[in-house]
Amino acid sequence: MAQVFKVLIVDDEAGMCSGIKRSLSEFRLHIEEVGQEIAFEINEAGTAELGLEKIRADQPDILLLDHKLPGMSGLDLLGTLSEAKIDILTIMITAYSSIETAIEATRKGAYDFLAKPFTPAELKHMIRKSAGRIVYKRQAQKLAEDKRKIRFEFISILAHELKSPLAAVEGYLNIVKDKVLGDDLKAYETPITRSLIRLEGMRKLIFDLLDMTRIESQQKKMELTQVDFSEVVKKCVETSHLTAKERGIKFVIEVEQGLVISADAGDIEIILNNLISNAVKYNRDNGQVDIKISSNGDRAVISVSDTGIGMTKDECQKLFKDFVRIKNAKTNNILGSGLGLSVIKKLAQLYNGKVDVFSEPDVGTTFTVELPLVQPEKEKKSG
Amino acid sequence: MKKDILIVDNDIDFINQLEIMLTTAGFAVDKVFSKAEAEKYIQDKKPDLAILDLMMETPDAGFALCYHIKKKYETLPVIIVTSVTSETGFEFNSSTPEGKSWIKADAFLSKPIRFEQLKREIDKLLEV
Repeated sequence: MAQVFKVLIVDDEAGMCSGIKRSLSEFRLHIEEVGQEIAFEINEAGTAELGLEKIRADQPDILLLDHKLPGMSGLDLLGTLSEAKIDILTIMITAYSSIETAIEATRKGAYDFLAKPFTPAELKHMIRKSAGRIVYKRQAQKLAEDKRKIRFEFISILAHELKSPLAAVEGYLNIVKDKVLGDDLKAYETPITRSLIRLEGMRKLIFDLLDMTRIESQQKKMELTQVDFSEVVKKCVETSHLTAKERGIKFVIEVEQGLVISADAGDIEIILNNLISNAVKYNRDNGQVDIKISSNGDRAVISVSDTGIGMTKDECQKLFKDFVRIKNAKTNNILGSGLGLSVIKKLAQLYNGKVDVFSEPDVGTTFTVELPLVQPEKEKKSG
Repeated sequence: MKKDILIVDNDIDFINQLEIMLTTAGFAVDKVFSKAEAEKYIQDKKPDLAILDLMMETPDAGFALCYHIKKKYETLPVIIVTSVTSETGFEFNSSTPEGKSWIKADAFLSKPIRFEQLKREIDKLLEV
């Protein structure tokens, strides 16, 4: 179905009005890029005063405005509209194509000019150009609006994710304060341990959030150095070592000897840290984490597998979105910010790489991150 | 003989806290973390009272679970405890005739709850 653009002609020459009407009433525009067909509905006014009235009653999309009118002039009308913050794409029709009028009209917000006399083809060309501009402008507005909505949604979820650990810690602290379990501190092990775990989760969320903002705000300057995988892996395994040991989980590490990548060391650390801590977190007791890093042509392939709870295909698909945490009975006691994988994905994209996941419920999950070993020097991507 | 209370909630910390408070108040507590587990639980066990979260596997899991519990054990008192109001602004009230007609729960409390208030509801429902 065609979209209808309303065109208002403000001109005191009846012949001009009916001519324009004839040219445009059957005119159809097809704007390929957006797959939109546009038809025109023509309305007319003989004076600027009448035009203003019509605009106030039913705002047109395009205004064809004669400059020389009996009472108020076209320029005056333009001025009134801009003062009233009424934004209509306006084409000035004028017999006197004086430079002064042109400057004045542009200053007051006119989009373009049609000098009398003009042919139907010239008119249609101008209308095509104007309609295209309106369509693109509206699309841009819609995109900006969508972006705002996503932002808002993100912030609402974030607020929830920050509030819930607070509520938990507050609840535990009140139990301790009211000495619900008596005077012996030993009785409060669960409230204290759980409070610390929730606070730790909150800290992780804030750090992930900072990572993400840094990547997204495009201010991130990559400091490309030659990063030695075996060193980063060593560091990241150390970070997760204690948690793994407590649960009897062992690491099997296989890094291609001498493999280096041109990247920001901090970024590679974030990727590996997130993958390894997930592999420990979602593992079973006495399970295993396999870390394998090798080269495949000009790319590094990082693969981290666990022997844990695994996921269904549906769960895998949702995985990389912000704040998605797979919630089921098996993950109930596992804390996460819900941002870790989304951070990994954003980083991989930043480096022109990709992330894959393969998983089987109750068997385990393998995450694979592929990154180019060398970043194109000139166009260091920053966003 | 201690009265048996079933808690169904996917928030482990909320369950922990409730368990501490209820056990201290002299109840026996059974806890499960999802509607699915609760459905299984009521197949062969009958608690004296059930406290359900509303939003679990689905946003209305608590309502459905409550319905199933009442279908199996018509007189078993059910309290729904939820943060839905503070999070979404939706308000439910099981004490009005309109609310009673579709919310099968005997009481409806908003998180964060005050334990004294919950205790009052429990005592009333168990006629302690």
